[in-house]
Order: sequence, then structure tokens, then C-alpha cells
Amino acid sequence: MNWENYTSLPEIFQNQRIFDGCGISGFLNIDGKRESGKKVRDMLCILHDRENGLGAGYAGYGIYPDYKDYYAFHFLFDDEKSKENVLSHLEKMGYIILSEAIPTKIVPNLDNPPIIWRVFYEPKKLKNTSDDEQIISLVMNINANFDGAFVMSSGKNMGVFKGNGWSHEIADYYKIEDYKAYMWLAHSRFPTNTPGWWGGAHPFNLLGTSVVHNGEITSYGTNKRYLESFGYKCTLFTDTEVIAYLFDLLVRRHKLPISIASLALAPPLFNDIERMSSDFKITLKNIRATYRSAMLNGPFSIVVGQNSPKPTMIGLSDRKKLRPLVAAISNDENCIYLSSEEASFQRLMLNEEFKNEFKEIWHPKSGTAIIARLGDGLIRKGLEKPLEKIKLSIVGG
Amino acid sequence: MTENITKEKKRINNNNNPITINCAPNGDPLDYRVLNEEIHQSLNSGYNKIILNNVCGQRFIGASLQGDLEIEINGVPGNDLGIFMDGPKITVNGSCEDQAGNTMNDGTIIIHGDGGDVIGLSARGGKIYIKKNVGYRVGIHIKEYERKYPVIIIGGTARDFLGEYMAGGLVVVLGLKFLPNGKIIENDMSICGNELGTGIHRGKIILRTEEDLEPKLGVGAKLFTPDEIELKQIEIYLKEYCRIFNIPYELITQKPFKGVIPISKRPFAGSYCGQLI
Repeated sequence: MNWENYTSLPEIFQNQRIFDGCGISGFLNIDGKRESGKKVRDMLCILHDRENGLGAGYAGYGIYPDYKDYYAFHFLFDDEKSKENVLSHLEKMGYIILSEAIPTKIVPNLDNPPIIWRVFYEPKKLKNTSDDEQIISLVMNINANFDGAFVMSSGKNMGVFKGNGWSHEIADYYKIEDYKAYMWLAHSRFPTNTPGWWGGAHPFNLLGTSVVHNGEITSYGTNKRYLESFGYKCTLFTDTEVIAYLFDLLVRRHKLPISIASLALAPPLFNDIERMSSDFKITLKNIRATYRSAMLNGPFSIVVGQNSPKPTMIGLSDRKKLRPLVAAISNDENCIYLSSEEASFQRLMLNEEFKNEFKEIWHPKSGTAIIARLGDGLIRKGLEKPLEKIKLSIVGG
Repeated sequence: MTENITKEKKRINNNNNPITINCAPNGDPLDYRVLNEEIHQSLNSGYNKIILNNVCGQRFIGASLQGDLEIEINGVPGNDLGIFMDGPKITVNGSCEDQAGNTMNDGTIIIHGDGGDVIGLSARGGKIYIKKNVGYRVGIHIKEYERKYPVIIIGGTARDFLGEYMAGGLVVVLGLKFLPNGKIIENDMSICGNELGTGIHRGKIILRTEEDLEPKLGVGAKLFTPDEIELKQIEIYLKEYCRIFNIPYELITQKPFKGVIPISKRPFAGSYCGQLI
């Protein structure tokens, strides 16, 4: 866990390769009830055989109700100078509402910790650029051009806490149990293909979208070039960041419904499309043709959190089911859980409080999104056929 | 840590009495290495039946164990349950995770719940009976040799790549659904996913269904209708399965069976360079 710089990847690691899998967990309370990070910590830390101490992180949604209208930046800084640079740049571009250190607890094996900082921020109103666009270009600019600074998260009323260490160390370090959120995502890392470093730990975040990912994206090159043509900069030396940017592009900018966006990322095989009815066939072929460079190839299971238009949690695995994903719903149908392993749910049941917590535990189908939304409940269970329960109106044809 | 747990247990050196191990003392689940060491110690001190309570994702339970032993699991065992096992019987009162029965040589694994993905990976013998549904790639590359004959029976439904690269043995899927009130009905989900038996070159998959399976067949697999003699051969396993999970055998015979076998004796002979074989 000891590093000389936290915000960029040391050169000696740049060609390192290690192979195995990661652990992911998350839950969403439909009624918006905020729960302490202890629950997601328990769910994640039981998966310790899936991690090797090279990265872990947590994302909480709903943690800053007092500042919910401002963008909450979570920063990693190597030193005071880089902090001053970024803060003075922010002041030029907008208004800093509050700027303070994120409380951390010193854990035994971290000698020279980074500066962990948060800023609640409002950009200046511009005629041609929306607030969201301004924030995105700010984030991309800081991550690419400011030495010693890294933006962990930039959404409203949410935040990412991540670093290089075991899941329980990172939870202790950031005092995760002191935060209350209606949606939590968590990840423990066993880096594959790319080395473990502070910025490279999950969740990856851009505005309100956060992604935790187990697997590897072999289509990274294609996805990266596609995203670059829309102005995104991939600077984090890891494949997962493309998923966060793809969700931002498809859902926020192209305004696709999440169920359609997930079909673009993990579309049905052409063989299967051929056997479908003609309107499904046209729709799916068009999705595949339009978003052929957005398709994610390779083994993955992901949990995605979004906070606009409504807070939503999405689970998705690759089409050939090369990584695990298990879902569960609580007895009162208020809490939807996702995890890499059923052990996470069993771990909760060991607590007296959650002894009879689960109504049903199921395995979503491969390449099929499970979607839960605040206020609306479980929208898709991950067992549906592609496009099932979606109203289609085909124009032209 | 290990010493403290040992003190908690009653050590009665009587082979007929089972020993109970709490796998999460004080609500804190043991590491899989500690738990497996506990199991080995219990076996060394003469017990041949072990009950594991509060199991929570510990991997490799029952790894490489040999002989006439019994392990009963309450909770969710982790990946690779019964890996390389040679003879023991494992009963899980609940669901299991992925790769149960990985490269098992002999023995029985009984799951009173769902199974994960890749169940019975490369099994060379023994029986895996699962009450409810299973995930992807179940029975991948199971193989038979002389008297070694792996059998996997699934009460519910399976997903894609069932019996992938099968090199022998038997996989049966029954397509039943078990309601919480104990009633057993026909499952409304598809009996299996796509790429059924893809790459199969020996052994057979039997599915209890009226569904059209032709579009789901994988490379090198073909459908057949099992005759009386063939059904008689699997009856012994089905009856044992029904007895274990308390399912009336008449229910099983109410629907026709369909089978999947390789298209020929050596379906992939042409895929290799002749000189190398």
C-alpha cells in the first residue's frame, strides 16, 4: 500500500501482467433509505479470495444530502503544490462552495498517505455548454494535464473512495462506515493485465456514473478509439474506464434507455437475432450496426451506478457468462443486491439483523441487464429475452 | 486461531457420532485454509461424518478427500466444492457456487438448492445431484473410462453450453420447478440454453422436455430419441435422485425424454492434422 506517488502510474509497473479475478458487490434501497457502508463492506470483504490487496474501492450515492445540488469532487493529490494548482484552476472556472480534507484513518502499513480532498463545486453558467459538459472537460483536463492530481469522482450527492490496498484496509482508511448511502457499489481488485495503483482502483466514475468491473475488456482498443472521437480521454491504464465513459455517452448524451444501452454493450449473437420476430430483428440489427464500436468483448461482469435522471443500479455480465454475477431481493422487496458470489448474501445472514433478509436469490442471464431504480423498484430481473417488455415503435424499416 | 476453535468442539472419539464445526465463530467466517485444516484434523482423530454450520463462501471444501466419509454443509460453500474428491459424500442444505465437483474421481455431491456455473468440470466419476437450477457450462468435459462413469442430474433447468466438450458420462436435466410450499410443477423456463453439447465426442445428455432443441444444438451434437433400453439404463440414477429429493418417480415419466449425442464416433477427426494423431 506504500507509494511515492498516488496519482500516476510508476514506470516500473507499466508493462506488468497478473491474472485472476476481482470481487464486486452492491445494493440499492428502492425507498431511498440510507444505510451505513458497513453492510457493503461485509458483502465485499467476504470475497477476499478474489482480491490480492492491489486495489479496492467504494462508491456511495446519497452521502452528501446537504450539498446535493453541487458537484462533489473527490481528489487524490501527491502534494500541497498540486492541490493548490487544481484549486486555483477550479476557482477560475466556477465557484467552490466548500473545500476540505476527506477524513481518513491512518492504517498501519501506509507511511506517507496521499492528500485526500473534496470540493463541492458549481461551474459558471455558460451559454453553449451545459454544466455536465463543463465538469467532464474539467475532469479530463485535470487527469491528463495536472501533475500530482487525480479526480476520483465528480458526481452530485455521491462519492468514490478508493486506493491501493485490501478491501478492509481501504474501508478503514476512508471510514466507510461513517457514510450513509441509499446505493453502494464496492470492488476488490485482483489486477489483470494492468498493474494496481491508486487511480486504477475501481469504482471508475464520471459525473454520476460509477462502474465496478470483474474481468477484462479485450475490445478496449476499439472502444477507446470510439470514445476518443467523442472527446473522452482514456488516461487511466485500465480497461474499465471505457465502460464508465460508454455509459455516460449512451445514456446521458445519446439518451438511450438503460435496457437498450445494455443491449448495445452486450448484444445478442447474430444467430439468435435471426430467429427472432421481424421487428426485434430490425431493432437489434440497428443497435448492433450503430454501436458496433461500443460493443464490449471479453469476459466481464459489471455493476454500474447512475444518479440521473433517477438513481439506478445496473448489473450486466458478458454474453458467454465468463464471470459470475448473482442477484438477490430482500423480503420487503425494498433492497436489491448484486454480488460476484452468493457468499456475500450468506455473510449478511450471519448477522442477526439480516437473518431472514432474502426473499429470492437468482442468477441473471448472461448479456442480460438487471436494472433497479430508486422509487420504481426492480425494473428488469436479468432473466428476460432481449427487448422483452420494451415498447417498440419502428419508424421506416 | 485454530486452537481456540478446537477447544469449542466436543471431542468424542466415537466414529458413529458426527462432529460439528462452526465455520463462523463469533459471526466471523473462517478462512478456507483454516476450515480445511479443521476438517483434516477431525478426520485424523477418527470422525467420519462432519457437519459444517454457517459455511460462508469457503472454497475447496472436501478437496482431495478419499474414502467412506460424509460432510453435511449448512450455508453456502464456495467455489471448487469437492475438488479432486475420491469417494466421500457431500450434502449441501442450500445452494453451492461455481465448479462444484471439479475433476472429481468418485463420490457423491448432493445440492438441495441451485448450482452455480461449471458444475462437474472435468469430472471423471461420481455423482452430482442438484435439486434446482444450474448455470452455464455444466458438465463441461466430463469423461468416462471403463467402470468410471460420472453422472450429473439437474432437477430444474440449465443455461448455455450444457455438456460442452463432453467426453463421456451422463447429464440429465428434468425441467421441474420446486415451489416454496413443497409442490413440484413443470418449469416455465427453457430446459437449457444455446450451444447444447457443443464439442461433445462421447457420452450423452438426456433432457425431459417437449421443446424443439434443434436450434440450440452446438457443434458436433445431434438429437436422438432414447429407447426403452437406454431409459432403463438411466432409471437407476433417476430413482436414486427422486428418493434423495423426495420427488415422486411417476412425475418424471410424465413427459418424454430427448437425448443429445455426438454426430459420429469421432466428430472432430477432420479438425486435426492427420499426421499428429
